[in-house]
Amino acid sequence: MLSKKKLTFMLMDAPFENARTTTALRLIDIAARRGYDINVFAYEGAVYLPLAAQAKHANAVHGHDATEEDHPLPREWVAAVMEEANRNGGTFEWVNCGLCVDERGATEAIPSVRRGSPADFWKMAGASDNVLVIPTK
Amino acid sequence: MADYLLIESRDPFESVEVGNFLTLAEGLSKEGSQVALFLVQNAVLAARHGAQSGFPHNMGVRALAALAGNGVKVLADSFSLQERGISPNRLIAGVTVATLSTVVDHLAAGHKTLWH
Repeated sequence: MLSKKKLTFMLMDAPFENARTTTALRLIDIAARRGYDINVFAYEGAVYLPLAAQAKHANAVHGHDATEEDHPLPREWVAAVMEEANRNGGTFEWVNCGLCVDERGATEAIPSVRRGSPADFWKMAGASDNVLVIPTK
Repeated sequence: MADYLLIESRDPFESVEVGNFLTLAEGLSKEGSQVALFLVQNAVLAARHGAQSGFPHNMGVRALAALAGNGVKVLADSFSLQERGISPNRLIAGVTVATLSTVVDHLAAGHKTLWH
């Protein structure tokens, strides 16, 4: 069995824009499947990732209704990696930068997301085995 | 010396900064560090067998080809290759296919990890 680790990720990209979001969540999912303890600090546009108001939509070009289109939603991915971590005995903390939230009006997040500040990232980093910052371009 | 994992996500044909990142990898290796370079997303485009390192403007490709011969372990994300239709059997010499879990391995081992 792999030894228990604690990893911190800082994400900065808004959803629906860049492959970095997908890669970041793939990495977090791998760590979650290993039962690692995971911290995520969402900064700038990344506070939109767990936005509760994200909704699936139809695709008129494809002739699909919302159910058929089954548009992927980052808030569901975030919830899924949280569940995966918990299922494997790991903890999962997601902190949205409060100022970034206020600027964007992104106040309604899915459950288990809390508001914080860059000081939380500093504390997370200090208490982790390693940190990966995935900056915007 | 420290162990490093450098993650390159950008296409060298799109970003001239890729060359600088690869130079950093080479420099760290020459100083005696163990360095792995992980190519993900569009960065894997430079690992195609047909990418021409001989063209003067292809600094990133040239540097990538040289890195593997200078002690840097060059890895390419299998998922990114598959997404782009690049066969793992058609990569430039010295590039090894790896899964994204390799990055988590390095993180768990405490290696200094930089994303570009």
